[in-house]
Amino acid sequence: MKQFLIFVRKEFYHVARDSKTLLLLFGMPVAQIILFGFALSNEIKNAKVVICDYANDYASHRIIQSIEASNNFDVEKSILSHEDLEKSFQEGTIKLAIIFPGNFNNDLLHLKKAQVQIIADASDPNTANTLTAYATNIMMGYQKELQQSNTGQMMINTNVRMIYNPELKGVTNFVPGVMALVLFLICVLMTSVSIVREKEMGTMEVLLVSPFKPVLVIIAKAVPYFALSLVNLTVILILSVFVMGMPMNGSILLLFFESSLLILTALSLGLLISNSTSSQQTAMLISLIGGMLPVLILTGFMFPLENIPWPLQMIANFVPSKWYYIIVKSIMIKGLGFSAIWKETLILAGMTIFLLVVSIRKFKIRLE
Amino acid sequence: MTDEVVIRTDKLTKRFGNFIATDQISFDVYKGEIFGFLGANGAGKTTAIRMLCGLSMPSSGNATIAGFDIYKQTEQIKKNIGYMSQKFSLYGDLTVLENISFFGGIYGLTDKQIKEKSESLIETLGLQKEAKKLVGSLPLGWKQKLAFSVAILHDPKIVFLDEPTGGVDPVTRRQFWDMIYSASDRGITVFVTTHYMDEAEYCHRISMMVDGVIKALDSPANLKKQFNAASMDEVFFELARGAKRKSD
Repeated sequence: MKQFLIFVRKEFYHVARDSKTLLLLFGMPVAQIILFGFALSNEIKNAKVVICDYANDYASHRIIQSIEASNNFDVEKSILSHEDLEKSFQEGTIKLAIIFPGNFNNDLLHLKKAQVQIIADASDPNTANTLTAYATNIMMGYQKELQQSNTGQMMINTNVRMIYNPELKGVTNFVPGVMALVLFLICVLMTSVSIVREKEMGTMEVLLVSPFKPVLVIIAKAVPYFALSLVNLTVILILSVFVMGMPMNGSILLLFFESSLLILTALSLGLLISNSTSSQQTAMLISLIGGMLPVLILTGFMFPLENIPWPLQMIANFVPSKWYYIIVKSIMIKGLGFSAIWKETLILAGMTIFLLVVSIRKFKIRLE
Repeated sequence: MTDEVVIRTDKLTKRFGNFIATDQISFDVYKGEIFGFLGANGAGKTTAIRMLCGLSMPSSGNATIAGFDIYKQTEQIKKNIGYMSQKFSLYGDLTVLENISFFGGIYGLTDKQIKEKSESLIETLGLQKEAKKLVGSLPLGWKQKLAFSVAILHDPKIVFLDEPTGGVDPVTRRQFWDMIYSASDRGITVFVTTHYMDEAEYCHRISMMVDGVIKALDSPANLKKQFNAASMDEVFFELARGAKRKSD
């Protein structure tokens, strides 16, 4: 045990004296969170919208107030002719137009249904979709309000339903993704590089000749990165909850437990990589390229997994971060407990055990 | 040097597929002896040394190291040997003291032992000013001397040195050999591989390996007599000329 602690202390020296690694360890998550959270967010803020209010009545005013209150839109109220609207769209000065026909309130009260025309610039379909969804959502909110105060069923024709993320906040998508990406990549990279470094330097031979058990070498190497990853996770969580406004509805303890599991999976994968390579550069390349792309594409936070071809969907099942992403979303956003995510947890645990067994086997074979 | 045998190999063989890296080598090494293990590149030296250190399993044959069986008692063997590889074997990003206490620690020395050993070691090497400097910043010669001292920190019965003086200047090499002699005087057996023939002269006995086989084994003086050579260089050339394997 004392020998083990001495080894762990040595590993901490390595990490602490390598300023580049430290920068990577703590700089990358912060940079990623800020980059993905702010810059690459798919949330749209202050989109120019023109509202042509032909009705100019109580109902339309109420809806326009809500639209103005939302920080997704930058509202301009004016009655524009059809030609002027088209011109504005062509020039790109507006992204969306909302047109309330005359008698909007009357229709709503007497005919029990009314129509609003929403015109979106679909040259950028994603933006158009998102903005339309924002607008419809506000209409729906008003309709619900009416239904609660009045007994009649009044209809503003929309049929969009968004649960868990009614404001369509981008951050809820990206933060779990970035957590998965950062924790996974850093752990794979660090373990593989630190073990391969010992091989490259020739110190691994000295360790293997010593009475220190090879399995303990592996575990001792994993300890500092495990600890640092937990620190990292805390930084990411603080950033995302307090700066990015990410909800934290579930148990923090459970989240740390599941994250530890992912870290273990990553450490085992790093170990496997380090067993199959003999230079630090190769280990780094394999970890970064082999890790980054699948994690980015097949985790599901960049592209919805439902939209990718089924062979890729099958492959995605082997990417540990995919399962972790589901787990984090379930805990942080939906506030679910362990009973809802035991399947994903089991899959992650299975992957970890598999990777560990394979890599420890390989490690032993290498000694022969 | 005594008659007590600390390394005994009996037809020790290592095959990689059809390739026989070491072919039935048999020899004895005695306590306190400086045993030179010579041969051209690719002659099978490293394979042999790796088997003796427990890094590689022999294909056939037997060997005992410090009285322990090479197949069954690897754990006891590990406690009784030291090893210094041809690559520099300390941590460059740890200080001199940290390296000493790390290697002392994994060999199970107590804190008190480590402290005493560090102090005497630093004094012997004259590293008082450098004790808290990173090993990576020291000149190569000092690093090698330090690496050797660390390899025998736990007072092993045998120390294996795999080309310990590669790239080191002649003065430092001479000092390095002084350290080897003093270790030998303390009863530590030194098993050393080298390419420098002047170093071969320093050994008590030498084995010459050619194509995985030990072609000659005797003291330097006897070998020179046997091959009617003026220096170990000539002995080496005489033997290596017959090699069929290409050196790498």
